[in-house]
Amino acid sequence: MSLMHEMGERALRLGVPFSVHLDLTYRCNEQCVHCYLDHDDHGEMTTAEIKHLLKEMADSGVFILTLSGGEIFLRKDFFEILEYARDLTFCIKLKTNAVLIREAQAARLRDLGVQSIQVSIYSHRPEVHDAITKVPGSLKRSLKAIRFLKSQGLRVVMANVLMTENMHDYRGTQALANEIGAEYTMDPTVTPMMDGGRTVLELNVGESDLRNVFRDENLIGNVDEFCAPPRAANEDDLNSLPCSAGHTSCYVSPYGEFYPCVQFPLSCGNVREQRFIDIWRHSERLKEVRSIRLRDLSSCSKCAHGGSCTRCPGLAFMEGNMRGPSTQDCEKSFARTGIPSLNLLSKKQEQDKDKDKDQDSPPRLVQIQLVPAITGRRLAEMGGGAVSAIAS
Amino acid sequence: MKKKLYVARSPRIAARKLGEETLVMSAQGSTLFTLNPTATVLWQAADGITALDAIVERHICSEFEVEAEQAIRDAEALAEDLARHGILLISEKPISSTRNLTVQEQYR
Repeated sequence: MSLMHEMGERALRLGVPFSVHLDLTYRCNEQCVHCYLDHDDHGEMTTAEIKHLLKEMADSGVFILTLSGGEIFLRKDFFEILEYARDLTFCIKLKTNAVLIREAQAARLRDLGVQSIQVSIYSHRPEVHDAITKVPGSLKRSLKAIRFLKSQGLRVVMANVLMTENMHDYRGTQALANEIGAEYTMDPTVTPMMDGGRTVLELNVGESDLRNVFRDENLIGNVDEFCAPPRAANEDDLNSLPCSAGHTSCYVSPYGEFYPCVQFPLSCGNVREQRFIDIWRHSERLKEVRSIRLRDLSSCSKCAHGGSCTRCPGLAFMEGNMRGPSTQDCEKSFARTGIPSLNLLSKKQEQDKDKDKDQDSPPRLVQIQLVPAITGRRLAEMGGGAVSAIAS
Repeated sequence: MKKKLYVARSPRIAARKLGEETLVMSAQGSTLFTLNPTATVLWQAADGITALDAIVERHICSEFEVEAEQAIRDAEALAEDLARHGILLISEKPISSTRNLTVQEQYR
């Protein structure tokens, strides 16, 4: 067990929020086709509010602080916030498109002892990357910035979201990262909009393409291990926690909304109205999230993938039920192993039943469209409150 | 007469107390350390202005019931060890500000 993992375990035992993802703004200078955010400013926290929050977080034991957005460098007070956060000895990770980073900013990030900078790069080809960001010249500027950061000896991670638009470029992007001396990470998950909108999911890579990606040993490493047959849950698995969201980590939006995770928009309170530690300790919604064990998930606990699945509770919540399956993760498990999850099997059965019904019934004069799995209204009804919070 | 030593926390580290121990991450190579309760006391008191022997007398001898002479020797060894890892600065003069030190000065 690594020391960091050991510290995470200790934080869990002590009830400490070890890691926080704080979005400083949702505004952005890129307009990425797959982005889950509304980029308008609906009342971001002020510099004073953010500093107050950071002090509360430090006093609560937060160690890892990820500053993200939107584009963090659009905040004029970014370095003031960063300097204050470093005075409070947080371990800082940044997520940025790096378009606004020049030599001077890179040197300042080095001086402030930032731990790592994750830069979104979608392709090694400008025509593909720039089409995704919708900003001509953005790849060139981001790469120039990465070189500035590397020249300062900083740790840079190139993060590539794999989608239909850049499906065939991940090898080239990985090679580019190697050439520059950056680390490379790739995620084939386009997530729903924070307001519940799911049209962006059409950008997700199809199953057969994903199967090929998961069998690329240059990317995956040990393919046999990664694509090994699934394992059903044993007794230890059934008592295990789904993930760290709400247990040792959480998310705070630019408007002060407190969620278990950036991908889990269940509003647990607002740091403008309550102390950070009070939400962490006393939010009923957070307590509910913490109470869930694998054995409480009616479908997943009985699934053939139960012991080896990487189900995201936030995606399950966005799909309609935080105790339900996350179909996107089921699809990834299927692409890895070739074995469908219980959720996929039951969806298939429902589809087959619908087909049979259609064949038995007389032809319809009106074609009824399938209703999306979740709407903004439904999300609010589930107790999220996220929709109104973001829109207000 | 032995010269006084002053110790200050490096500005290029991340640190947080977790239970009785302190978690410290050095920006130099992203190395992670945990400091035991004694080292944590020394770490917290390392303000660059208070001499190491005074820190030991005030915070360590009283709290851990150890003899001053031995405790100072142990504290010097510990401080040098932490300095080697780039997470503590040692000087024979008070260290007033670490913010403007160059990287080379910080790790000297």
